[in-house]
Amino acid sequence: MPPGATSKGIVLSESVDARFRKLFSIEGGNFQAAGSVSKQIKMILKQLSIDNDLIWRAMIVAYEAEMNAVLYARSCEVTLSVSTHCVSLQFKDRGPGIPDIGLAMTEGYSTATREMRERGFGAGLGLPNMKKTADRFSIESVVGEGTTLQMELDIP
Amino acid sequence: MKLKDIVEKADLQVFHAGESWEQETGLGYVGDLLSDVIASGRKDMLWITIQVHENIVAVASLKDLAGIILAKGNQPHDDTLTAARAENITLLGSRLNAYQLIEKLIGLGVSGNA
Ligand SMILES: Nc1ncnc2c1ncn2[C@@H]1O[C@H](COP(=O)(O)OP(=O)(O)OP(=O)(O)O)[C@@H](O)[C@H]1O
Ligand SMILES: [Mg+2]
Repeated sequence: MPPGATSKGIVLSESVDARFRKLFSIEGGNFQAAGSVSKQIKMILKQLSIDNDLIWRAMIVAYEAEMNAVLYARSCEVTLSVSTHCVSLQFKDRGPGIPDIGLAMTEGYSTATREMRERGFGAGLGLPNMKKTADRFSIESVVGEGTTLQMELDIP
Repeated sequence: MKLKDIVEKADLQVFHAGESWEQETGLGYVGDLLSDVIASGRKDMLWITIQVHENIVAVASLKDLAGIILAKGNQPHDDTLTAARAENITLLGSRLNAYQLIEKLIGLGVSGNA
């Protein structure tokens, strides 16, 4: 897939009218802190009175993206933006990148190590589930530099 | 049934009694792949697993699960127990394997359907 293409073929509407924006960072390899960014995002969405079903969907995509950053990247910058019509999450990491995005998006494909699998990771479902759960999803990756995920969930 | 009553009737070991202790729970799920559970987990669901690492606590917390039951006599790692206490997530254990435990929980009215 060429850089900038979205695997749902939709141009993402990064909102100009964001009523809320916050940045977080994730440290690669830090299993103990894993999930803490997703948890902060959840608390913010609750404070913004976002509907519970949408929060649970947001947690699927946030947790999967956060765990991939912990498992595979060195570091990752996360941007949460909330506008009147959508919750948008960007995960931009510095890491090995993904050589074959089509393969990585395939259910069941995983390069997780034995140690990761022993922790319950490595089903190869993270990326496919993010794509299924988000209303819009895009992934770009440069080998040796990093991977950027952009996901949006519409507020009903 | 309240979670604390399920704990008593199913003879579960209590590692940490969390926020959900007094709550009604009637839904169960079993899974050892975190990606499966984060996607399928529903609010107030009891989750049976053999995973013992601390990452199970974040999954339960983010999806508002009622609690985690470690099957087959599995004991939580120290980090897992610390995380469960910090997040106030109910963490339980059973000597039974997942299938035997499900059988027992179904008898107590914990179903697989919302
Ligand atoms: N941010 C990333 N940087 C580098 N490689 C990645 C990144 N995210 C995913 N990958 C690669 O894509 C594969 C598939 O990712 P996916 O999240 O779908 O499954 P998984 O992480 O292996 O398992 P699961 O998410 O089910 O625990 C990974 O095994 C890894 O090789
Ligand atoms: Mg993953």
